[in-house]
Amino acid sequence: MRGNLPAGRGEMILSEAFSKKLGVDPGDEVTLISSTMDGSMAFYNFIVSGTVLFGLEVLDRGTVIADIDDIRTALNMENAAGEIAGFFKNGFYDDNKALVMAAGFASSFNNENDDYSPVMKSLSNQGSLGLYVNMVELWTIMISMIFIIAMSLVLWNAGLLGGLRRYGEVGLRLAMGEEKGHVFRTMIYEAVMIGIAGSIAGTIIGLFFAWLIQKYGINVSGMMEGSAVMIPSHIRARIQPVDFYIGFIPGLISTVIGTMLAGIGIYKRQTAKLFKELEA
Amino acid sequence: MRRIFLIVIIAISGLYPVHSQDPDEILKRIEQNMSSDNRIFESSMTIHGSRASRTITSRSYAVGDKQSFTEYLSPAREQGTKMLKLENQLWIYSPSTDRIIQIAGHMLRQSVMGSDLSYEDMMEDRKITEIYSAIVTGDEIIDNRKTWILELTAKVSDVAYHKRKMWVDAERYVPVREELYAKSGQLLKRTTLSEAENINGRWFPMKVVYKDMLKQGDGTEFRMTSIKFDQKIPDHIFTKASLKQ
Repeated sequence: MRGNLPAGRGEMILSEAFSKKLGVDPGDEVTLISSTMDGSMAFYNFIVSGTVLFGLEVLDRGTVIADIDDIRTALNMENAAGEIAGFFKNGFYDDNKALVMAAGFASSFNNENDDYSPVMKSLSNQGSLGLYVNMVELWTIMISMIFIIAMSLVLWNAGLLGGLRRYGEVGLRLAMGEEKGHVFRTMIYEAVMIGIAGSIAGTIIGLFFAWLIQKYGINVSGMMEGSAVMIPSHIRARIQPVDFYIGFIPGLISTVIGTMLAGIGIYKRQTAKLFKELEA
Repeated sequence: MRRIFLIVIIAISGLYPVHSQDPDEILKRIEQNMSSDNRIFESSMTIHGSRASRTITSRSYAVGDKQSFTEYLSPAREQGTKMLKLENQLWIYSPSTDRIIQIAGHMLRQSVMGSDLSYEDMMEDRKITEIYSAIVTGDEIIDNRKTWILELTAKVSDVAYHKRKMWVDAERYVPVREELYAKSGQLLKRTTLSEAENINGRWFPMKVVYKDMLKQGDGTEFRMTSIKFDQKIPDHIFTKASLKQ
């Protein structure tokens, strides 16, 4: 927002909101008050070289960025780090993989009797963030299941009604001498064709909207006010291989099953009563 | 019959010793030893962390329990750091930043130089008899010396430790061991005082080992290298201006 990035040691950048809260501008001297690795109080002077707007509530609230050597000197932790953040190579978090990795690390390095022994934690093992990860996983499963079940019921019903509405047509075809099995099979073929065409069209439309959310995201910064967890202000969709065929479960299978159930009625029709029914 | 009754009474008395010591009198005698109008002392504080030990030396000036001024002499990182306590206020001066910072609120719970002592421990300046009611619960032999065991329960709510258990040398009236408990009953700190010396007629422990029971490590050893009581200390030492000098 203002000033420059740190050009050397002894300089830091502050978040714009934090600098306004402190009443400091680029060029002013600020003192970092913290505690060292040993637990004693630490004081260190910096010159504010500039301010920056991160766009994340948590970062904008009180972030400072400085040369790592300055911070190590200030906190008396040469060649040490408090926390190292790790990311999967594909950029997406996999809790199961992370848990296995953390368990393997703990068996090699964890020592309860040493304050300084390194500890590896998955996101799901980090307090409220763990709860958030579990909630997201649960919501994903619930939303997918509700959508698949609801759409299956709707399409099943559509197939069922489609078959029943064609009661007269089926009767006429049977009266004209068409075999019951042939009528049933052609209705199934129709359902398969309609299911495939519908599923393809639905998948294309669904993927288009998913792509929009993947590219542009949904701004949830309003929900993140006061949050202590560093979460992006935009949530985004992620198109995965499963998305290309998941729509066929309700689109194709339900339609076909609905039509098959409706088609059972074909075998219950009695040829002797057909003309009477058609007259009616 | 009367003789038998007397024997029984004596026998019961022997089984259940009555501690006739007045706890307030014991605490008063402790204060006479430990408190003074003023004192100047040099000390070394060795912090036995879980990885390594560090020794910090300092020179302190104190008037009663209300005013104190400490200048850290070594190591290089802490050299020149000064602390001033006036009544219930505490300031710290950092020479590397040339800033005077008041320690208040949650910062008082921070450790002093990474030791097992907190700033809050340093701030307590009320007489022990003012904030605790005491009872004598027994006696014990520690290092071949008889000690009284005192249990102190807070009379006021604004204390860091709700309950204290103190072992006091029955002859010298110097605490030799102390345990500090939270209101929940959890043991928070253990203090061992030793090497008592008679200085100007008062017994004073020259070595104190503090152990924060919630921290790892082997505690903090505080050793007096020199101590002088009833010295003339200039008033200007106990001013904020002296921090930057």
